Amino acid sequence: MDAQRRWRLLGAVGLVVAAVSYAVPSSYVLGILVFVALNGLAALGLSLVMGFAGQVSLGQAAFFAIGAYASGLFSTGLGWNPWLGVVAAVAAGAVAAVAIGLPVFRLSGLLLAMATLGFGVIVYYVLNNWAAVTGGPSGLTGIPPLSVGGIAIDTDARALVLVGFVLLLALGLAGNLVDSRVGRALRAIHGSEAAAASAGIDVMRLKLAVFAAAGGLTALAGALYAHYVRFINPSPFGIGYSIELVVMVVLGGVSSLPGAVLGAAAVVLLVEALRALVPALGASHGAAEYEIVLFGLVLMAFMIFLPGGLAGGRRRAA
Amino acid sequence: MGPAELGQYLASGVVVGGIYSLIGLGFVIVFGVTRIVNFAQGEFVALGALVLATLSARGVGLPLAFTGAVAAGVAAGMLLERVAVRPLRAMPSLAILIVTIGASIALRGGALLVWGTDPFAVPAFWAGPPLVLGGAVIVRQGLWVLGAAACVFALLWAFFTRTYAGAAFRACAANARGARLCGMRVDRMRLAAFALAGGLGAVAGAVIAPITYATYDMGLMLGLKGFVAAVIGGLVSPAGAIAGGVALGVVEALAAGLVSSAYKDAVAFVVLIALCLAQAAGWVPWRVAEEG
Repeated sequence: MDAQRRWRLLGAVGLVVAAVSYAVPSSYVLGILVFVALNGLAALGLSLVMGFAGQVSLGQAAFFAIGAYASGLFSTGLGWNPWLGVVAAVAAGAVAAVAIGLPVFRLSGLLLAMATLGFGVIVYYVLNNWAAVTGGPSGLTGIPPLSVGGIAIDTDARALVLVGFVLLLALGLAGNLVDSRVGRALRAIHGSEAAAASAGIDVMRLKLAVFAAAGGLTALAGALYAHYVRFINPSPFGIGYSIELVVMVVLGGVSSLPGAVLGAAAVVLLVEALRALVPALGASHGAAEYEIVLFGLVLMAFMIFLPGGLAGGRRRAA
Repeated sequence: MGPAELGQYLASGVVVGGIYSLIGLGFVIVFGVTRIVNFAQGEFVALGALVLATLSARGVGLPLAFTGAVAAGVAAGMLLERVAVRPLRAMPSLAILIVTIGASIALRGGALLVWGTDPFAVPAFWAGPPLVLGGAVIVRQGLWVLGAAACVFALLWAFFTRTYAGAAFRACAANARGARLCGMRVDRMRLAAFALAGGLGAVAGAVIAPITYATYDMGLMLGLKGFVAAVIGGLVSPAGAIAGGVALGVVEALAAGLVSSAYKDAVAFVVLIALCLAQAAGWVPWRVAEEG
């Protein structure tokens, strides 16, 4: 898809999002859509890593948490303007990604995956135990909402417009990146690192740049999340969320950017559907129990039978 | 810190390290033959512990319950290989890693549906007060852990070095294509590797259950720590995994005792990342295996 068509399409989707936020009165539905967009933004970052750098990060929740806590801390503890907090959060996510990626990108992809997982666990423990700064398990409260032109983004409808706008902008920019010279270099790396390197591509630097961009994007999602829910604690940012993000990317199709958003939507809606259905069916267990089994089976089934995900056919994954 | 405390940390570290070694061996055996990191290794541990807990609660004798637990682990390992890993043989190892992550979540969720969230107490294999060895207190089950680990290591050593099948196993690990050209059935070896890894995980779970209780989600952390143990040893060396497990157990016990017990579970991952850093800088004399 050429750039002009892509932007037109994204603009049209943006209009639909704006119309939905205006016309839908249910804050339950709007809230779900905000979560789809937030998860889509986080999954978009991971999709760049998995689909275009050919690596797997199993610690992406840590970048989400870094973004949420950075922005939350700057705007509560230091009293910064929330937007400055968001910018600082993106920077913190990108810097953390480079700090962890620089040493481990020299190693094999398997070790990188496990090292990012280790990073995620460490961040989780630090958030829980460094109570003086992070508030420990009880977290941070009183995070101010963002505001645009004097309008506070403190309703679900306004949050949907803002997060939707950021997501569509990120999709457009990521699409441009993938179609650019850099994107072709990334696809070459994905095909064969040795061949790419012999064509003069600095493999290490590009992979690191993608990892940093993904860290920044996921941290951005975390920061927007913090200013939307206004209260954060470590419990949603464990290994489980890192793996949920992998599920979203795989579900949507590893090499498809809109697929990441599609996957996020599928996962969020699946969870909501289970929460509504399981008690109604009189099952002996809670929805969370079935959720885990279902995620595992869906992840396996898509990798085995549908590696192209919802967005594509039977293309090769990862 | 007095020598008594040091002795205590060492003793408890070695006991836990024995568990990490058993789990790490499972990673090494599967990685050696298939070049796959099997994320579900820890779920075999949980399965072993839970099956043992259920059988002994029903009044089944310990030897039979233990055998049942190991059999469940072996069956789960073979099932995983057949259902999830074999169809993806030609895929990159990262894709298979994701499949095993899916399998691990599905197994954990299945255990949650069957056993629920409550921890199950398992009676110690050898009841009685803890033993005191040179000032260090060791629970009696700790001796079972070390004894089981030692038995398993001896059996594996004998298998790998003294039997024809063990030699074939090592040949597949060294060069799967070469082994196939010599007429070995590599597919069967892969299945055997997963069966062996499942059994090793279940043994680890069964002997640790009286100390930690059996819970549906105990496998995740134990599995990851077993992986770190295997990586410390280079990921392809059984002896390395054993040494790595004991080293990790001791470092963890020392860190928990001397620094802070709040970060005990994070120690293994600090070690993992430090090892990656050291290796990237060329400070580690042995190489952590690359995927091949």
